[in-house]
Amino acid sequence: MTGQTTVPSPVPTEEAPSDESPTGRLARLARLQALQIIIVLAVIVVIFAFLKPSSFLTVFNIRGIVQNTAILAVLAVGMTFVIITGGIDLSVGSVLVFSGVVADKAMGAMGGQGWGVAIVGALVAIGCGLGWGLVNGFLVARAKVPPLIVTLGTLGMALGLAEVITGGVDLRNVPTVMVNSVGFGNIVWQVPTLAVIAAVVVVIGIVILHRTRFGLHTFAIGSNPEAGRRSGLNVNGHLIMIYALSGLLAGFAGWLNLAFFQSTTIGGQSSTNLSVIAGVVIGGTSLFGGYGSILGSIIGVFIPATLQNGFVIIGVQPFWQQVVVGTVLIAAVYVDQQRRSAALRGGGKRKMGDLLSHWVSGRQAVPARE
Amino acid sequence: MTTPSAADGARPASSGGRAPSPAATTTNPAGRPAQEPPLLELRGVGKNFGPVRALSDIDLTIPVGQVTALVGDNGAGKSTLIKTVSGIWQPDHGEILWRGRPVHLHSPKAATDLGIATVYQDLALCDNLDIVQNMFLGREEMKYFQLDEISMELAAKQTLADLSVVTVRSIRQPVGSLSGGQRQAVAVAKAVMQQAQLVIMDEPTAALGVTQTRVVLELIDQLSSRGIAVLVISHNLNDVVNVADRVAVLYLGRLAAVAPIKDLDTGTIVELMTTGRSSRVAATPGEPAHATSQPGAGPGTPTAGGTPGNGTVGHHTGEAP
Repeated sequence: MTGQTTVPSPVPTEEAPSDESPTGRLARLARLQALQIIIVLAVIVVIFAFLKPSSFLTVFNIRGIVQNTAILAVLAVGMTFVIITGGIDLSVGSVLVFSGVVADKAMGAMGGQGWGVAIVGALVAIGCGLGWGLVNGFLVARAKVPPLIVTLGTLGMALGLAEVITGGVDLRNVPTVMVNSVGFGNIVWQVPTLAVIAAVVVVIGIVILHRTRFGLHTFAIGSNPEAGRRSGLNVNGHLIMIYALSGLLAGFAGWLNLAFFQSTTIGGQSSTNLSVIAGVVIGGTSLFGGYGSILGSIIGVFIPATLQNGFVIIGVQPFWQQVVVGTVLIAAVYVDQQRRSAALRGGGKRKMGDLLSHWVSGRQAVPARE
Repeated sequence: MTTPSAADGARPASSGGRAPSPAATTTNPAGRPAQEPPLLELRGVGKNFGPVRALSDIDLTIPVGQVTALVGDNGAGKSTLIKTVSGIWQPDHGEILWRGRPVHLHSPKAATDLGIATVYQDLALCDNLDIVQNMFLGREEMKYFQLDEISMELAAKQTLADLSVVTVRSIRQPVGSLSGGQRQAVAVAKAVMQQAQLVIMDEPTAALGVTQTRVVLELIDQLSSRGIAVLVISHNLNDVVNVADRVAVLYLGRLAAVAPIKDLDTGTIVELMTTGRSSRVAATPGEPAHATSQPGAGPGTPTAGGTPGNGTVGHHTGEAP
């Protein structure tokens, strides 16, 4: 039923727009890209496995990659929603640190090592993240300040406040039960708890994005907010919820981060936002809004982690990872643009300059079609 | 400013101008009192943008199931008028009546909820969403907290088939890959599915080829045959003559004339569009066609509202089914 349901066209009076395959539902394009990026990841894995099978393809090593990627994956879910609306959230790394700091303070004040303390810490972290997300959303949607500027501002504010609270020294009040079970524990065998938690977040995100009204409206707003408005969508309210979601997930990631590193990692998150954005974009989500998939984003954040790990193992300087990721990022966006301008009649090519003005002007993506 | 609308006898309910009085009603004997009110009625609607009067004293009725064409030169106020009717802008003066009841269209949603759907060629669709998703945007059907894709798909398919839209290959293709005519069809189908009773189309045939224009005009016919009123803005007088039942001509923010299409020829329409008056229209008493606003004329020239005007009332009311 969900397949190619066509209205019978006995008399095709208009020439059909020509593209390579009958274009299906909107997710198809995104899925296609997710598939391509899976192939890229598979090629990377195969190369490393071929070069150093004994150390790369071990359960221990793969477990390490998965664990290192889990926190980025949680952030990538929220970032995917934000970028599909045509926005950007630079503040995730700082919000993660701030939430971790406040949760750490709260858990330290309670002073226990049990689950009760850990759960309170999680709620505090999520609450902090949600708060920052609402600030972002309100400023973007209501005050109409461009998302690039808003989240650049809250990036500095959240990190600065975290340092004010701690005096710049990392806190380490993390209950042992949280470290042992969430941070390093396994659910079963060698499956890390952290990865399972991230997987749950990812699955929920996928269902919301691709199966619910909320997700559909996210795509609609990213494509044409004016059409959304005229169809009766509460565009501003929706944008606020999107940024709130990204903030909430950053807060939760802050708690996971505490469990994993047993530290608030104040100085260690300065490029987290860029890693997440790069992953999301590599995964096929369009920076102009309107297209994207969470699955792609998750694969996208795996690529840098796998490269980093693989370079260490085969003895290449790990700094090369940044070079390769940068190349993949640019290539991914280039390929994406080529395909879109071919697939969508009249869409035209959009250049990076447009993107900058798109963010800075604060317009949600409104392609001028005449 | 002048108040020529007082002289406006061309339309039934506006015979009393902006202040309908019992006297006005009694001077309208030809209009059957029991008659159903028009679908939409504007009374003395005006809109200012700062010092600019974009619209002044617009009295216009939209009858059920007829195609009313709104024509006028650039800057005549066509877009302002439809934006006022579709709830994007609020009028500064006058009132809007829906089925005889005053309404306040404070937002596009208020207008949509009432049954007024505005179809824009470019603004109303999301390119990345497919046809079904666009048709149901904002009114998705849910099942177990998830989108009910199957029933939406079937309903969309049915609506398109009802409108004889057969050129779409797949209703799951993104709207961005459709031609201009197909986009119009999707937007119209969306309006129909949302039970619109008045569909407003802004330049539906602009930038379309001959074949696609024909598709859109057939679509407009389909709408009126289904009892849906259509208000269509067009620059193309051929289209207007082909598809419209009535023509309303705007000139510099005023309504220059409203008349059944059979009473106007292209030349007269052009004359009205460019000068705001036409000797041919004004000179034929008893005709529904009636120049209401003559920039040169004095305030409220009573001659136009005299007996010939009243005569037109009955005639014109008879036009509305």
